[in-house]
Amino acid sequence: MKINLWNKISFCFVVIMITACSKSKIVNSQEFGISQVLPDHIDFNFHIKPILTDRCFKCHGPDENKREAGLRLDTYEGAMAAIGKKLDHFAIVPGDVKSSVLIDRIFTSDLDDVMPPPESNLTLSNFEKKLLTKWIEQGAEWKKHWAFIAPENKVPHVVDELNFVKNDIDKFILAKLQSKNLPASPPAEKEYLVRRLALDLTGLPPDPIDVNEIESNKNSDWIETYVDKLLATDAYAERMTADWLDLARYSDTHGYQDDLERIMWPWRDWVIHAFKENMPYDQFVLWQLAGDLLPNPTREMIVATAFNRNHKITQEGGVIPEEYRVEYVSDRTQTFGTAFLGLSVECAKCHDHKYDPISQKDYYSLFAFFNSVPEAGLIPRYGAVPEPFIELTDTEISEQLTFINNVDTMKKIPLLIMKEMPEPRASFVLSRGAYDNPTTRVYPTMPEAILKFDENLPQNRLGLAQWLFDPQNPLTARVTANRIWQIIFGKGIVSTSYDFGNQGSLPSHPALLDHLALKLIDLNWDLKAFIKYIVLSGTYQQSSKRDEFLSSVDYENIYLARSNRKRMSAEMIRDQALAASGLLKRIIGGPSVKPYQPAGIWEEKTGGGGGSTAKYVQGEGDDLYRRSIYTFWKRTVPPPSLMTFDAASRDFCIVKRQSTSTPLQALVLLHDPQIVEASRVLAYNELSVNSDPKEAIGSIFKKITNRKINEAELNTLFELFQENQKLFDSEPEKIKDFLKIGSFVIENPGDEKILAAITSVTLTIFNLDESICIS
Amino acid sequence: MSEQKILEERAYTLNRRNFLTKASLGLGTASLASLLGMSFFSPSKNGILTPETSGLHGVLNAPHFAPKAKRVICLFQSGAPSQLELFDYKPLLNQMRGQDLPESIRNGQRLTGMTSNQDKFPLVGSIFDFKQYGQSGAYISDILPYTAKIADEICIIKSMYTEAINHDPAITFFQTGSQQPGRPSIGSWLSYGLGSENQNLPNFVVLLSRGTGRVAGQPLYSRLWGNGFLHSLHQGVQFRSGKDPVLYLNDPDGMSKATKRNMLDKIAELNHQQFEVFGDPEITSRIAQYEMAYKMQTSVPEVMNVEGESDMTYKMYGPNATVPGTFAANALLARRLIEKDVRFVQLYHMGWDHHDGLPVAIKKQAEDVDQASAALVMDLKQRGLLDETLVIWGGEFGRTNYSQGKINDTSYGRDHHPRCFSIWMAGGGVKPGIVYGETDDFGYNITKDPVHVHDFQATMLNLLGIDHEKLTYKYQGRRFRLTDVSGNVVNDLLA
Repeated sequence: MKINLWNKISFCFVVIMITACSKSKIVNSQEFGISQVLPDHIDFNFHIKPILTDRCFKCHGPDENKREAGLRLDTYEGAMAAIGKKLDHFAIVPGDVKSSVLIDRIFTSDLDDVMPPPESNLTLSNFEKKLLTKWIEQGAEWKKHWAFIAPENKVPHVVDELNFVKNDIDKFILAKLQSKNLPASPPAEKEYLVRRLALDLTGLPPDPIDVNEIESNKNSDWIETYVDKLLATDAYAERMTADWLDLARYSDTHGYQDDLERIMWPWRDWVIHAFKENMPYDQFVLWQLAGDLLPNPTREMIVATAFNRNHKITQEGGVIPEEYRVEYVSDRTQTFGTAFLGLSVECAKCHDHKYDPISQKDYYSLFAFFNSVPEAGLIPRYGAVPEPFIELTDTEISEQLTFINNVDTMKKIPLLIMKEMPEPRASFVLSRGAYDNPTTRVYPTMPEAILKFDENLPQNRLGLAQWLFDPQNPLTARVTANRIWQIIFGKGIVSTSYDFGNQGSLPSHPALLDHLALKLIDLNWDLKAFIKYIVLSGTYQQSSKRDEFLSSVDYENIYLARSNRKRMSAEMIRDQALAASGLLKRIIGGPSVKPYQPAGIWEEKTGGGGGSTAKYVQGEGDDLYRRSIYTFWKRTVPPPSLMTFDAASRDFCIVKRQSTSTPLQALVLLHDPQIVEASRVLAYNELSVNSDPKEAIGSIFKKITNRKINEAELNTLFELFQENQKLFDSEPEKIKDFLKIGSFVIENPGDEKILAAITSVTLTIFNLDESICIS
Repeated sequence: MSEQKILEERAYTLNRRNFLTKASLGLGTASLASLLGMSFFSPSKNGILTPETSGLHGVLNAPHFAPKAKRVICLFQSGAPSQLELFDYKPLLNQMRGQDLPESIRNGQRLTGMTSNQDKFPLVGSIFDFKQYGQSGAYISDILPYTAKIADEICIIKSMYTEAINHDPAITFFQTGSQQPGRPSIGSWLSYGLGSENQNLPNFVVLLSRGTGRVAGQPLYSRLWGNGFLHSLHQGVQFRSGKDPVLYLNDPDGMSKATKRNMLDKIAELNHQQFEVFGDPEITSRIAQYEMAYKMQTSVPEVMNVEGESDMTYKMYGPNATVPGTFAANALLARRLIEKDVRFVQLYHMGWDHHDGLPVAIKKQAEDVDQASAALVMDLKQRGLLDETLVIWGGEFGRTNYSQGKINDTSYGRDHHPRCFSIWMAGGGVKPGIVYGETDDFGYNITKDPVHVHDFQATMLNLLGIDHEKLTYKYQGRRFRLTDVSGNVVNDLLA
């Protein structure tokens, strides 16, 4: 790589910028433990614990088998206990730095003694050493891990001179902003806010009729009315379902090797139905975890339990079935941990958890809840439906399960569900996680460090679900509130929404998270009401514009002095193109569909097996234009256009996707026939009502970005229209080809040269950063 | 993660973003490499950033050791080729043909569900002869005549072993260090660790070919070249033969280059305006991504276009080298990609899963790959690239010394065998012309110098200058690495 002089100059310039940035960043990140200025008061959970867990727990943590020198730093008693052969010294003596061996050992230059030891590849910075010293000086205060302490509702008092506060959420945000001397941002302009609300709540752009109506509405109460309207739509339910499908690792195939098709979409239809009906979240989850164990369960409750059968299942001839059966139970265990507790319980599968108070025994005690399913590790025959399953009859569907969209009018639909064996299967700690290495017998229960499992609860999934929603459970509501916050803001208050444990991120606004958790319980887990509460806050409605000052002092927008500008999800990007063009087919539920996909990508990877998944047979008609949650999901070769925009692979439970920017994304947006076709149809529709190209461009721009185009933008795009029209004029044979992309047939295209040029302008607009972002 | 690392990571994020902000001033200078998350700066000890004067690098500030290899080509033989017909010569099996595998040799080895019901485990030797080649006197099968000729260039490891006994977990294990899906692939780790030296191509390229030996065999999964929890810029990008060499690469029908260029210019212009309003650095990142996509539209077809190759080269790689999508054509492409400094080129050749009809099938498979694999090594050598390019050839596990199903005069089959298998490596700092490791006379157990898949991966990273225990990524509270929790560098393999 050659670097020319120009680059060098700009690099130097950038370095200066960065240095400036990082300094101010550090100053403003005090509570995240990276400040170079020692805080006056050292907080155990915010300053000390992250150091201990990350740098010390590997050898002095919860894992008994790996503990060195008898010292454990994960409990107060352990940290303060006498150590050494003669039990004559102490790692930590509160208030007495000189007697605290820990301090000696972190400052020594003796390579044999220094902690952490060189071979661990871990080190402490001087700053961290000083923090530890000052903490001991101040008395070595110890606190339980923040997420395991019951939440408290302490709404701060704030002086709100600028009328920022719309509800209690804003008080938390404002209090913190004021402590950092940061100003909140003004409210977002109306047109941005309409788009933001529509996409955040429904995953679809706003209806143009709504946009026009709101534009002319001079009252400020339009927001609440509009939010209510959005929350009542099917689109809202679909948007929430999109998120849930990742969490539930939903797929239309089994996921291993030949990756055969399975039928799980009736469960997906149930999820949509449940969100639509606003089923309280506790009930929504309880049915999925244990619907079959409720007294006289309805067919619907049974359908809900398919949640726990969404894991991969193998049909690879020759595997040891028991090994895989154990894998499925582990998958359910991990899903439960990540989705509902925000804990990486799977780390305790082979040994005690290195960072969190979850022993290997605790892991297998949770595992035991999911271990009594009458299932096999290997699908018995090629193409067989793995037990347990039910067969939904067309009568049942038309009478009780009307939310299932049985478009193929199958007489019987087999659906994988959960069942409990009459006698629970015995569970054991599996040494090193190996299926054939059982040791201690365990029984279903949960770690006391989170919440004691009441002995009156049934020792099965129903008891587990009840434990989960016990009002005393410190995690469930926090984890859920955080995930919903993440859906709306793009980032959780705990940014590691999958990890509330010792190694997870600390909450940026701990008191707000507590407030939201209690609010959610207070609302009886009413998700629509909870979402409404969030989006009606002044915090949410702020502008997402950032000036240099905000950018430099809070680059990542931790303090929310502005709204987050987010890239839309993979599904939203495709759905927006369909919606704006009018191609979108609003059919709810039903078997998954196969829209455009580059030819041959299933075929080139199949080994010859796979049945219906060996060859991609593209759908036709409506199937090409359904919302993306209905796109057929083949786990080993997932849809590339969606994957390119960071969709989850569905191999296992994911509660937070990446949000990246790559050249491959540009290729998809510019060349995917789905987007090119949508451009053509939108161009045609607008030209049909607006024969003046300039006006049509303005109108198309608004359909896509939901705001009025400004003059400069219009001139730029009109220029593009003129240039491309000329080019098409000079190569008229290209026009037909260009207008042939996609299945949709335009009967009377009018002047094709104009249509082609306007199509290219529309495609350009679909490719603007603004068009794939929520600003 | 050390404080230093944390600072580095933070600095690296800032660097990238600020660079891109500034890059919007002059797009021409943004290369794919810069977008792959590689820093132009090296954070010094105190966390202050200093500009790099030469080259770009990945998350590793500097290699842990002096690297011997800079790039890797992995010729993965999917389905698991039989070591007993290729590199591990066991005449005893011919002598004991049809006799049962002694229990003392099997020694509790678990079997797959495909042969666990067999009442007999009849030993069967290779139907093909072996001869000795090169200075080490390595035994190589008659069905690999070209590989035999480069015996002095390659290092054959006969003592590889793995933990998995079925394809899906085993291939996932070899490619990602874990049997369970979801971890980053080797190529993604390298891209993350070492960054890119290429301007306009992805850093990790994947090429697929189908074997002629067994048309219906083991499938492949796109997650095998997935980035897992690493940034998606580190994912493997499949290059395909035919019209669209990278998915969505081609302009739509009827769109001329000029039309397209006009569009891109306006996209950049309008995105700039948007940046002025919102100040979001992601917008400038996107501007640069569009330019890079445009460059790829030229650079990918260019590297895929083999028309300029000499007749001599075609002759070397064999008749299939001119047939797009074959292993031979892919091997030639691999060399072209390496010449462009692509970090990791991953080939998959399918069709090695020979449970029955092995003699016919494996001969065809060998014909598919033998000449081109050897040609690739020699081609790299004659171009002076072999020293710094590591070539790897092998599958996910070995095959049993007994027949699956009945043996007849001309045919037999072999089941999966994890306890030993053979691979070879060449170039990139590997000791050439040696045979490493031994198995017993039954070809069932390793008797000397076992190499676990993690040992192999650790060794490979070592050759690239990376300490396998230090290239980590913290995700869900844990520091993950390619070799999971084990792996030792096999020093005997290093030149």
